[in-house]
Amino acid sequence: MSTLIQRYSASERNNHWLVAIAFILAALSGLALFHPAFFFLTNLFGGGTWTRILHPFIGAVMFLFFIVMAARFWRPNRITPADRQWMRRIGDVIRNRDEGLPEPGKYNAGQKYLFWVLVIGIPVLLVSGIFIWQPWFAPFFPIWLLRVAVVVHALAAWIIILGIVVHVYAAIWVKGTIRAMTRGTVSAAWAKHHHRAWYRETTGK
Amino acid sequence: MALQSLDIKARSATTTPSPDARANGAIPVAKLIDISKCIGCKACQVACMQWNDLRDEVGTNVGVYDNPMDLTDQSWTVMRFSEVEVQQGRLEWLIRKDGCMHCADPGCLKACPAPGAIVQYSNGIVDFNEEHCIGCGYCLTGCPFNIPRISKKDNKAYKCTLCSDRVAVGLEPACVKTCPTGAIVFGSKVDMIHHAEGRIADLKERGYSNAALYDPQGVGGTHVMYVLQHGDQPELYAGLPKDPSISPLVSLWKGIAKPLMSFGIGLAVFAGFFHFVTAGPKEVEEEETD
Repeated sequence: MSTLIQRYSASERNNHWLVAIAFILAALSGLALFHPAFFFLTNLFGGGTWTRILHPFIGAVMFLFFIVMAARFWRPNRITPADRQWMRRIGDVIRNRDEGLPEPGKYNAGQKYLFWVLVIGIPVLLVSGIFIWQPWFAPFFPIWLLRVAVVVHALAAWIIILGIVVHVYAAIWVKGTIRAMTRGTVSAAWAKHHHRAWYRETTGK
Repeated sequence: MALQSLDIKARSATTTPSPDARANGAIPVAKLIDISKCIGCKACQVACMQWNDLRDEVGTNVGVYDNPMDLTDQSWTVMRFSEVEVQQGRLEWLIRKDGCMHCADPGCLKACPAPGAIVQYSNGIVDFNEEHCIGCGYCLTGCPFNIPRISKKDNKAYKCTLCSDRVAVGLEPACVKTCPTGAIVFGSKVDMIHHAEGRIADLKERGYSNAALYDPQGVGGTHVMYVLQHGDQPELYAGLPKDPSISPLVSLWKGIAKPLMSFGIGLAVFAGFFHFVTAGPKEVEEEETD
């Protein structure tokens, strides 16, 4: 077993998983009300009416934990010129040809773009969601605004769901990644290979 | 099934055929409201309350004849009074009985995510089945006429049923039954259009050269129609929309976006799976450690 490097503190991990659990519940309950093919998912929440009642509260919880997480992860997610170079070689990354890629810091360009998609998308979901939140808020807004909000909400949710599908797959695809969020540590080899600049910074090598 | 004696043409959030076994279906029905004959007595409002067992809150008089001031979960029809001067110096009092228009292409049904909460019978009546309603309010976004109201008591959506329970057993709607001037008539849609033509010819003879039938084609026609003295300006009648249609936003959302976006999510999941099978995982050799 090679040396382990601390990547996430226990508090960061808990924060991530609280957002993740809320996201899964929000996505399942949201999809249930989006297409009849997913309506059966309302059974997980105690029926259609319960799904309608719970979904916005789940979303609000996700938003609250997300802003804390976003503040924590803000700094290392700033886009740099090296990220654009890395993104240009995304084809090689997908084909597992990692030799000679620009050296990512704590996050690679793909991770950073997902971060910024969420930073924009989740507040959009919150605001558009409040406009259509029955029975508490929707009655105070004009119907034209509800019409805009339902479309914006669906679109933002769709983009985020796609982003998270990629996020989850990337964690499965890149071996040794999941333990970063479950145990908080990664192997030195993993860090050196996938996040070399961060590896140097943390280990001083 | 909501009413066993009526076939269902369309059912909300349902992708399979609706119960439609009775081969002959039903004759499309319509309620025709002749605004030129309405005296604003509100007997129809009372009949609606009585038949449907509704009791709205007693409001306050704000100095106009409208009472109640708006549709609610307890008031499925209201008289809307408009004072207009189409010709300078000639005041006209236009009284429109507002309520669900029973669109042939119902936006509420299109928007509704709860299977069977909104049904359209083959006779054209659009009905809410509140026991399946989840209270999301999507029907409000679909309706071009601003009709459905969510009850504060049970968070379900309510609106005029066109007395589907009466029509199913061969009776006319309660408002029609009670109208003392014959301003509201009910029958097959074909007959009602025919009846309206006679009324329009009569109005034209009396100087209302723009008299017309209101059966807006933007929503596929309606099963509640108006005879308007000023058919060229429906907005005069308390903002009756000139060319109503389902909002393009709702059509996008519950039209192409719904299946396409669902497909996209499925595709992303499959792409991941087959990528893993094809390209395999990214594994790091341990010796890289040094």
